[in-house]
Amino acid sequence: MADEPTSKQPEKRPETSEGQSSAREPSAQKPAEKPAGEKSVPPKKEAPAPWPKPLDNEMVRRFRRRFGDAILDALEDRQQAILVVAWERLREIAEYARDEEQFDMLTDLTAVDWPKREKRFDLVVNLYSFPRNERLRLKAAVGEYDQPPSLASVWAAANWLERECFDMFGIRFEGHPDLRRILLPDEWVGHPLRKDYDILQQDTAWVRENLGIESGQ
Amino acid sequence: MDAVVEFLKPHWMPLLWAVVIVAVLPLVAGYIVLLERKVMADIQARLGPMRVGPHGLLQPIADALKLLLKEDIIPANADKWIFWIAPLISVTAAMLALSAMPFGPVFQIADLNVGLLFIVAVSSLGIFGIVLGGWSSNSHYALLGALRSAAQVVSYEVAVGMALVSGLLLAGTLSMRKIVEAQAEQGIWFVFLVPVGFFIYLVAGIAELNRAPFDLPEAESELVAGYMTEYSGFRWALYFLGEYTAMVVVSGIGTTLFLGGWLRPFPNVAAFDFLDYLPAVLFLALTGYCFYRAPKQPVPIQKAVMGLFGLLCLGLAAALGWSVTLPAEAMARAGILGAFWFLAKVFLFLYSFMWFRFTFPRYRFDQLMRLGWHFLIPVSLVNVMGVGAALVLQRQAGWPLWQGLVLGTVVTLAVAAWLILARQRRPVAAPSAGGEV
Amino acid sequence: MAETPTRHVHFPGMDTTVLGADEIIINMGPQHPSTHGVLRVKLHLDGEKVIGSECIIGYLHRGVEKIAEHRSYQQFAPYVDRMDYVAAVSNGLGYCEAVEKLLEVEVPPRAKVVRTILTELQRIASHLLWLGTHALDIGALTPIFYCFREREEILKIFEKYCGARLTTHAFRIGGLQYEVYDGFEQDVKRFLADFDRKIDEYEALLTTNRIWVERTKGIGVLSAQDAIALGVTGPVLRASGVKWDIRKAFPYAAYDRYDFEIPVGSNGDTYDRYLVRMEEMRQSRRICLQAIEDIPAGPILGKVGKVMKPAPGEVYHSIEAPKGELGYYIVSDGTTQPYRVRIRPPSFINLQAFDTMVRGHLVADVVAIIGTIDIVLGEVDR
Repeated sequence: MADEPTSKQPEKRPETSEGQSSAREPSAQKPAEKPAGEKSVPPKKEAPAPWPKPLDNEMVRRFRRRFGDAILDALEDRQQAILVVAWERLREIAEYARDEEQFDMLTDLTAVDWPKREKRFDLVVNLYSFPRNERLRLKAAVGEYDQPPSLASVWAAANWLERECFDMFGIRFEGHPDLRRILLPDEWVGHPLRKDYDILQQDTAWVRENLGIESGQ
Repeated sequence: MDAVVEFLKPHWMPLLWAVVIVAVLPLVAGYIVLLERKVMADIQARLGPMRVGPHGLLQPIADALKLLLKEDIIPANADKWIFWIAPLISVTAAMLALSAMPFGPVFQIADLNVGLLFIVAVSSLGIFGIVLGGWSSNSHYALLGALRSAAQVVSYEVAVGMALVSGLLLAGTLSMRKIVEAQAEQGIWFVFLVPVGFFIYLVAGIAELNRAPFDLPEAESELVAGYMTEYSGFRWALYFLGEYTAMVVVSGIGTTLFLGGWLRPFPNVAAFDFLDYLPAVLFLALTGYCFYRAPKQPVPIQKAVMGLFGLLCLGLAAALGWSVTLPAEAMARAGILGAFWFLAKVFLFLYSFMWFRFTFPRYRFDQLMRLGWHFLIPVSLVNVMGVGAALVLQRQAGWPLWQGLVLGTVVTLAVAAWLILARQRRPVAAPSAGGEV
Repeated sequence: MAETPTRHVHFPGMDTTVLGADEIIINMGPQHPSTHGVLRVKLHLDGEKVIGSECIIGYLHRGVEKIAEHRSYQQFAPYVDRMDYVAAVSNGLGYCEAVEKLLEVEVPPRAKVVRTILTELQRIASHLLWLGTHALDIGALTPIFYCFREREEILKIFEKYCGARLTTHAFRIGGLQYEVYDGFEQDVKRFLADFDRKIDEYEALLTTNRIWVERTKGIGVLSAQDAIALGVTGPVLRASGVKWDIRKAFPYAAYDRYDFEIPVGSNGDTYDRYLVRMEEMRQSRRICLQAIEDIPAGPILGKVGKVMKPAPGEVYHSIEAPKGELGYYIVSDGTTQPYRVRIRPPSFINLQAFDTMVRGHLVADVVAIIGTIDIVLGEVDR
């Protein structure tokens, strides 16, 4: 198992995002499909990008041994460790990272929207370990209607961060104690940090509704 | 008409004085506010009001005008009548208390034989204004402020009363005038006989006034403005007037009972007679300063105001100086000089109130209650017993009074020290200890 | 429009609609003297005792992260100043370093040292503002003026350096925006010379003041475990006894050159947080004193192009801002505009600990606890 993903990495290197796109389905990793899905997202440059590089160290091997297929990829980007994982097992992996690997603090939890991909969101979980003074980033590709498990039971800090993530991207976390919008009003329409969310749209709609004119711009 | 004049004849002086108090007090309160702002500015390394008039001397008038002209908002859900009348209760109670206050041997509206009792009773009625105002505002903050205020005043009333009793035992009378005369006879201010009583009075008095560090009813960082949250404009100003009048009342009681009222320092020592000239010299110096500064003011009107202020000081200096030239038994002399000393001591009190306010952080409610019930009240009880014992020892066993009082004070201080130490030995209150009240 | 869902009052672990006879719900803020901006706290009170709380935030939300996606890397830099607007220099440092990491640009040593000095001055300024407002919340009216007196000196240095006092935009990606002005060293030295004495002055007013101690000891206790679980960072974490500071853990700028201590507390209460921040100011002064002595000569800007096109990829970089770990997670898709900028705001995450800290305390402690977390709503809401 450990060899399988590593062997694939060289192919993925030219594109940053490829690692995640391949992560969407652990079973169906058809190399032919990836470039087709991806071509339009990042503008391709002539020189091959230096990052990310495959990462293979003791910790990654431990993760792989424990979770097998759920660890889809291990990357290194600007000397920062990234584990691409399957969202279905995110909570287990997080618990393992906290209890066994001593990543005791959840530094940050956020998402990145890649609308062209089949699974449009990258859920990004930044961890820090006090005993080891190390950071680790977990990434999981999540589809628009997928409900990744909430990490609020693993780290209390995830509560608000997941709420913000829900607020901004509309990712619904399953098992979250109190999943409501946090920064925006409850009656807000849409999720602003999605790439297809137009900044002007909300404004124009408000103007049209409340001022009765076509646009305030 | 004749009958009315006949009736008024013996009362013209108190009536005049009452009119003066009601008319002048708002102005005085305004200037106390200015003084407070200046003291605050000085403590906080800045200048304070400087724009309206020279050194901000016209600031209180500008403030009063602004408050008068502001919209008078009564919240829709407020209990209108109570909301309307509550500030009046506060002001009335505080002003009524001044009626028995001797601002000197002459300037006193009525010398009641239960003067002190009357003042304390009437001034505590002011709390009704606060509680009713907070309740009628129909706002959580105001309600919390009012409840805090009620609990606080009721608790500290006991300590204040006990502290006053310790002084009263020595005076043997409740009449404000006789209390001062008793101090003149005994040749010593009571503060030196019952220092602990004075201290307790000072602390509990500040708490009764709801002033920092005990200003919880209006703690602006917690309750916005406490019971005054919903008030605005002139009604709000009335609360302020009530508060500052109450400050004068509390200072006046303390001055009368502990600091010898209108007596100058060392009233019976002829060697200190030169102190009678001090007020005049003081005001003369102030006059000189005003005239010196007047031409340096930037604007003509400020020059004029500074000059006028100088003239006012000159007038006061003249009055004080003239009174000194009169024979010692003349009423005018005693009255004018007495008023000066009384007011000077009152301002000493006021200054210390301000000083505390800008130095200390605010107590928390349960800590305030604990200080009152667990410390001040027991200590004041022991203190009263000490004074009583000293008097008994003087009369029955023939001890000199001072010996008994020293003994009583030592015992009281020992009790206080024990209370403090016992409190320190107890572990720091757990977070949930808030309910101790 | 469609029906708008109503906002439900939520207090974890309790029925929301049924109130006991003594219970009231009180709204603190968004207009309240001591919520430090537009924080709104819904307090569930039993008498004056807090039995539940909910922070309602977002009143100052400006969509900074969305704006970033429509700006080039350089254009976005001034925006970060507007988050924690009392520590704009720190925000700028974090962002510039994150982009530099993404670009893999080396910053010249002179720029690094100047950055360190300015950031530490900013830390002092931020802590001074915290001290003043915190003391004001607890009812001490005077320290804030002393604090502003010293903060003014720092702001004057900023103003002389870059023309702005609050939102400075002091740094540029790759180095410094400007060469330091003539007399910069003297100004900083003059400020630092008697700043120690000034801290003593504040401490004289507060540290051993009985009322201050009673109001802060044992208030808002946050255990080390809770602090870590809640992701709390900065002085709040250190006061809970965790000796962790990014300046030591992942040294950035020029911090690896200087000696300084990380103050830690033991009880995790408001008093310890106060002591930790006071000591941090002294340590910042120490760092500045060392740094100002020898600022290396040389260029102030590394090799960055006019057009910045980082290679595709992502980076997370964080610095020790005055309020805690300020992190920037930047994803590049190889264009001149960041694909995604995520800001890890220390105030936001620290504020989450508020509910844990406030339960069981009185209303008066609520303001002490809001003050001790040291939040800036511009950063909480972004």
